Amino acid sequence: MTIEIPKEKYTGAVREVTLGATADEGGTRAHTLTIGGESTLPYLQFEGTIPNRPALALEIRDRKPDDWSPLLLQAWGEAMDDPGEWAKAAEAAGADLIYMVLSLTDADGEPNTPEYARAAVRKVLDATSLPMAVVGPGQAEIDNELIVPVAEEAEGERLLLGICEEKNYRTIVAAALAHNHLVQSKTPMDVNLSKQLVILIHDMGLPLERIVMDPTTGALGYGIEYGYSVMERLRLAALGGDQMTQQPMLVNPGEEAWRVKEAKVGEGVPENWGDWERRALDWEAVTAIALVHSGANMLVLRHPETLRRVRSVLDDLLGSQS
Amino acid sequence: MALTGLEIYKLLPQTNCKDCGYPTCLAFAMKLAAKQAALKDCPHVSEEAAAKLESASAPPITLVELKGDDGAVKVGNETVLFRHEKTFYHKPGLFWRLRDTEDGDELKRAAAEADAYHVDYVGIDLYLDGFAVEAASSDPATFNAAISAVKSVSKKPLILIAPSGDLAKAGIEAAAGSRPLLHAANGENWEEMAEVAKEAGVPLAVQAEDLDGLAELTQKLKEAGVEELVLDPGVTSYRDSLEQLTSIRRLALKQTFRPLGFPVITFPGANSEVDETLLAAEQIAKYGGLIVLEEFNPASLYALLVLRQNIYTDPQKPIQVQPGIYEINSPDENAPLMATTNFSITYFSIANEVEGSGWPGWLLVTDAEGMSVLTAWAAGKFDAERIAKDAKTFDVEGKVSHRKLIIPGHVAVLSGELEEEMPGWEIMVGPREAVDINSYLKAMWSN
Ligand code: B12
Ligand code: SF4
Repeated sequence: MTIEIPKEKYTGAVREVTLGATADEGGTRAHTLTIGGESTLPYLQFEGTIPNRPALALEIRDRKPDDWSPLLLQAWGEAMDDPGEWAKAAEAAGADLIYMVLSLTDADGEPNTPEYARAAVRKVLDATSLPMAVVGPGQAEIDNELIVPVAEEAEGERLLLGICEEKNYRTIVAAALAHNHLVQSKTPMDVNLSKQLVILIHDMGLPLERIVMDPTTGALGYGIEYGYSVMERLRLAALGGDQMTQQPMLVNPGEEAWRVKEAKVGEGVPENWGDWERRALDWEAVTAIALVHSGANMLVLRHPETLRRVRSVLDDLLGSQS
Repeated sequence: MALTGLEIYKLLPQTNCKDCGYPTCLAFAMKLAAKQAALKDCPHVSEEAAAKLESASAPPITLVELKGDDGAVKVGNETVLFRHEKTFYHKPGLFWRLRDTEDGDELKRAAAEADAYHVDYVGIDLYLDGFAVEAASSDPATFNAAISAVKSVSKKPLILIAPSGDLAKAGIEAAAGSRPLLHAANGENWEEMAEVAKEAGVPLAVQAEDLDGLAELTQKLKEAGVEELVLDPGVTSYRDSLEQLTSIRRLALKQTFRPLGFPVITFPGANSEVDETLLAAEQIAKYGGLIVLEEFNPASLYALLVLRQNIYTDPQKPIQVQPGIYEINSPDENAPLMATTNFSITYFSIANEVEGSGWPGWLLVTDAEGMSVLTAWAAGKFDAERIAKDAKTFDVEGKVSHRKLIIPGHVAVLSGELEEEMPGWEIMVGPREAVDINSYLKAMWSN
């Protein structure tokens, strides 16, 4: 008996999006980074092509964060004291791109300033030649205030800027349009909301080739199943030909996983939770792997060891491809 | 594929005798097709027709049950490829592999430790499902003794890795009283394995190089009278596992391909080049059935058990707790009162934290339709009005003598409105994360 493997025929594909610009293209990056383009469900190469690997980003900050786990502080050490050094360390750890989050305040609790943000981004651009994403601290007005000067500073670099949410996307999209960047479009775990925001951003004149969709995720144990299924549904819609769901998907398992108790806390937890470091690393990696299988095209991680582990899974899933 | 009413009608006697309680055979057939009647209600159906009807209505993926002296694991009988289409029903069983070449006392110690492993996740007790004992010695007596050793400390279901008739027999003998899975029949040994499985009435795993080989073997085994089978496609890498397990699931569900309509067994740690935890995670998400781990590590097992719980929850129903006023650490009328929502994860995050801190406290669990603090707030299910109303419904004024209510830091914006809704009450804004509740109470609660 010879069994025929059932293959699906899809009419659509994920859109390709390219970040970063080399000198020829008006930037200073050593190379560009293209994500998306697949015409099949995650890693089923027997029925479609996957022209680009998912990108693995490491998150850095414009200054050493106050609330990160000691395990992360240990992993990055002194590099965290300077965004340029931190970016170099992330590059050395194997990141495909740097995902830089601007802080709400400085170390003394004073509001962050456009000048500081601008200088910090410049430092990172000079320290590494990787493509880069820069997002605000997550408060509408402050995000706008910080991202606009950053967009200007990095004119032509094709940064991924964010985070565009329903209530707050216009200013960031306008800055991306004016200075040749891309945007991260984020909506809270809902297929229709994801679509809608892509439409709104596209309506402002930004080409679809410059929008990365962030459907939002939860950590393992804290709502991951909702994000997982929304991603599967978005991907099936994209393959089914629904144009406005065809953006590559970015998710942030690093931020989500390192926020929860299982990763954060080493003492006073049940004995069966096991070794703290192993648990924390597994929390981030297992969250990431579930999202790899639900269709993530870009994963933002925090620990270099997680990046290494996820990378080796992807190497195998993609076989001889590179 | 289920049969239509007309297809069923063709298999009935077509005499319209009405003994089934329906006016015609066709009417009865229609009811059968709609699953509103049972075939046994027609006394005249031929044996041959009954067999055809039964096999057509069998689930596309056979349900396989393993039983220990206490406790059982059921896998199979899944009906969808993606959880959002309905739900996944039977969580993959997580087993730990032990070898009979290990010293008996060491086996007992290891099995006892893993047997005692329990973690609580949002009120759900999570644990290892059982043990796979391998006849690595190839000696029936040694194998028998090892199983007895494991059984003396654990009542969990077993998988017996015993690739010959003799070993299988020895294993079955030692496991008497339970219902283990025998692993595994292959192209060479299938006849003797089938005999042992059939006689003992236990499920049998099947091993072959590829899907063709698996399908051929399951056919032979079914003919030999073994119905409950488990497929071992021998996958050792992420890609191989994803492709094989997806193909098997699709063939079973989309083509009702009976020869592969069985749950799958995998050994994610078999290849030392592979990160066992991450391959097991993949298999939990993508169509694993029984997952046998090489390493027992509490931290990794916890992550895998939680992933399994998440992937296998019914997407239609968030896990909730009953709204109400909950007592933690026997509070009196001076103990702090805290508001939260009735989403399980939310409730247990804060309840466990308060409990662990040793603070006596009252938790006002509002009816937020099973949503987290921020989700409920954004959806208008955790607003000042609702909190005030539930405070009344659950009579907080009768429970505490003070008039202070702590709300989650994430919804600090509610405090003004809530003070209006609850005259005479002071609304205190707690920390954003539950982990910080102890230090918050130490600093802010003065009783
Ligand atoms: C999973 C999720 C969903 C799931 C629902 C899950 C559920 N059953 O609640 C789904 C997909 C259905 C969903 C839907 C929506 N969501 Co939603 N969702 C999330 C997500 C990813 C995780 C929420 C979660 O489960 N957290 C874990 C639980 C345990 O957290 P928690 O309840 O806050 O509890 C913690 C603390 O608050 C504290 N705590 C709890 N109780 C108490 C009590 C006291 C006294 C104290 C001190 C502390 C405390 O302890 C816990 C641990 O630290 C978040 C984003 C994120 N990553 O956080 C968005 C998020 C909450 N959702 C959001 C939104 C907007 C929505 C929608 C309104 C979107 C829409 N327009 O449709 C809908 C609303 C639902 C509806 N209309 O039916 C927004 C809210 C934005 C805001 N700040 O207002 C968020 C923040 C995402 C975002 N950044 O935009 N969502
Ligand atoms: S009992 Fe059987 S034969 Fe008689 S009417 Fe019903 S279905 Fe037909």
